[in-house]
Amino acid sequence: MSGGAALLSMRGVRKAFGRTVVLDGLDLDVDAHRCVVLIGASGSGKSTLLRCVNLLETVDDGVVEFEGRDIADPRIDADAVRARTGIVFQSFNLFPHLSVLDNVTLAPRRVHGVARAEAEDRAVAMLRRVGLQDKVRARPDELSGGQQQRVAIARSLVNDPVLMLFDEVTSALDPELVAEVLGLLRELREDGMTMLVATHEMGFARRVADEVCFLHGGRVLERGAPQQVLGEPVEPRTQEFLRSIVAAGRM
Amino acid sequence: MADQQRGRAGADLSTAGPRPAWSPSPLQLDRDRHRRRAGVRSAVVAALSTVVFGVVLVLAITSTPGWPRIQASFLVPSSAWAAVPDVARGLWLNLRIMVVCAAVVFVLGLSVAVLRTLRGAVFAPVRWLATAYTDLFRGLPLILVLLLVGYGVPGLRLQGLPGDPVFYGCIALVLTYTAYVAEVLRAGIESVHPSQRAAARALGLGHAATLRFVVLPQAVRRVLPALLNDLVSLQKDSGLVSVLGVVDAIRAAQILTAKEGNFTPYLVAGAFFVLLTIPMARVTDAVARRWGAPGTGGAV
Ligand SMILES: Nc1ncnc2c1ncn2[C@@H]1O[C@H](COP(=O)(O)OP(=O)(O)OP(=O)(O)O)[C@@H](O)[C@H]1O
Ligand SMILES: [Mg+2]
Repeated sequence: MSGGAALLSMRGVRKAFGRTVVLDGLDLDVDAHRCVVLIGASGSGKSTLLRCVNLLETVDDGVVEFEGRDIADPRIDADAVRARTGIVFQSFNLFPHLSVLDNVTLAPRRVHGVARAEAEDRAVAMLRRVGLQDKVRARPDELSGGQQQRVAIARSLVNDPVLMLFDEVTSALDPELVAEVLGLLRELREDGMTMLVATHEMGFARRVADEVCFLHGGRVLERGAPQQVLGEPVEPRTQEFLRSIVAAGRM
Repeated sequence: MADQQRGRAGADLSTAGPRPAWSPSPLQLDRDRHRRRAGVRSAVVAALSTVVFGVVLVLAITSTPGWPRIQASFLVPSSAWAAVPDVARGLWLNLRIMVVCAAVVFVLGLSVAVLRTLRGAVFAPVRWLATAYTDLFRGLPLILVLLLVGYGVPGLRLQGLPGDPVFYGCIALVLTYTAYVAEVLRAGIESVHPSQRAAARALGLGHAATLRFVVLPQAVRRVLPALLNDLVSLQKDSGLVSVLGVVDAIRAAQILTAKEGNFTPYLVAGAFFVLLTIPMARVTDAVARRWGAPGTGGAV
C-alpha cells in the first residue's frame, strides 16, 4: 500500500454514539480506480464508516481526506463533497412518491442543474445500463428488491461520482438477485470506478476486491489482497470471523 | 476492547499497539472551536436583527398620528391592574374547559376516525354517518354551533339536562373539535403502510388488535404535531363560550371594559391567553420531539 495518491484517506478517525465508540482511531486508504471491500462482524462499524465518508455523520476526531481535502473540517461544503460521491444503502431508500425516472433525475436536475430533457436522456441511458429500460415509468413499490436496488445504483451513478460507497447492497435480496446486483458492481469495477464496499458476500470480495479490510474494535485489524485476508488470515480475530462465516455457509 | 493487548500481525498498521484513553486532537479542538464560533455568530446576528426589528416597529407605531388616542383607550395601566384578578379567575375556567374538552375530543375523535376507516359493506351506514358528521361540523362555524347548542338545546326543556351554560359551551366545542381531530387521525391511520397491517395480521392479530397495537400507535405519532396544534387552537376557542354568558376570561374583560370605560381589559385577557399558549406550545414541541419522530415507520 502507498499513501500519497489515495483518493480517500482516513487517519485516526473516531466516531462515538454516546458511550459506544464505533470507530476508534481508524486508518484506511482507497486509491483511485480500486475496489476496497470492508468485512467485519455485525455492529463492527462498516455502515458508520461509510456514512462518515459521505458526511451523513460528523466524525469526532481524525482526518478524512477526499481528493486531497480534509472533508471532516466543518468549513468545507458538505453538499459539494456529497455531489462527488455516491452511496447505496442496504434498504434501497428510493423515494416512494416518485417514478423510477424521477428518482434518477432528481439530483441531476435539482443539484447539478441539468435540464430536464438531458437529465431524462442520461437517466434512461443509465437505467438501460442496469437493465431496467422498461421500468422507467414504474413506481418503486412495483419493482422487485433487486430491481429497486439497481434503480438506487443508477440514481447514484447518474451524477458521475468519483467514489461509490456500497453498504451491504445485497443483504436484503435473495440469491438470484444478489448475483444480478453483484454483477453490476463488478462491471463498475471493470469500468474503473473507485469503490468502497461493505459486504458479507465473501465470494464477491474474493473475486472483485483489490483489497479486503477486516474491521474490528473500531479499526482495520487486518488488510491485504483477498487471497491473503480471506485465504490465510494472520489475525486470530480474522480467523475466528471467517470460521463463523464458513459455518454459516456464506463463503 | 478485549483485543487491545493483542499483537497485530496484519499489514502495515500504523495504529497497532495498546490504545491510550482518547482525548481530542488539536485538529479536532480547532474544528470544535470553529463550530462553537459559528454558533455564537449566528446567535448574535439573530439577536441583533430581532432587537433592530423590534425598535423599528415600536418607533413606527408610536409615531402614528392616532397613537395617543389608542393609548388612552387600550393602554391604561390602572385599568390593566384592576382587570387582572377577574380575568385570571375567568382564565382558570377556560383552562378547565380546555382540559376536559381535549380529553373527550380525543376519545370521540379516535372513535369517529376508526369508524370512517372501517372497510366492508356491513359498516357502510356507520361509515356514512361518521362522514356526514365530520362534513357537517367541520363546515359549521364554531360560533354558530355554540349559539345553536347553547340556546337551542335548553329550549327543548328536556328533563335531567343541566342548566349551566358552561355545559352547553363544552358540548359545542366537543362537537366541532371532534370533527377536526377525527379527520387528522384518519389521515394518520391511512398513512400507515398496508404492509404494517399485513405483518400484524400475519402474526395472528385480529382487526382490533392490529389497530390497537400496530396501526394507531404509528398513526398518532405521525399526526402528533397536527393534534397538538388543534389542542392550542381549542384552548383559544374556549374563549368563545363567553357568547353564552359564561364568565370566562373574555367575558370578565368585557364586563370590566364597561366599568373602566376603556378597552385595556381586553388586552389583558389577550396577554393571558398568549402567556398560556406559549408554554403549551413549547411543551407540545418537546412532546412531539420525544414521541413523534422515531417509531413512525420508514426504513433506515
Ligand atoms: N445513530 C446511532 N445511534 C446510536 N448508536 C448507533 C447509531 N448508529 C450506529 N450505532 C451503533 O454503532 C455500532 C456500529 O453500527 P454499524 O451500523 O456501523 O455496524 P455495521 O458494521 O454496519 O453492522 P451490520 O453488518 O449489522 O450492518 C453498533 O453498535 C450500533 O448500535
Ligand atoms: Mg451496516
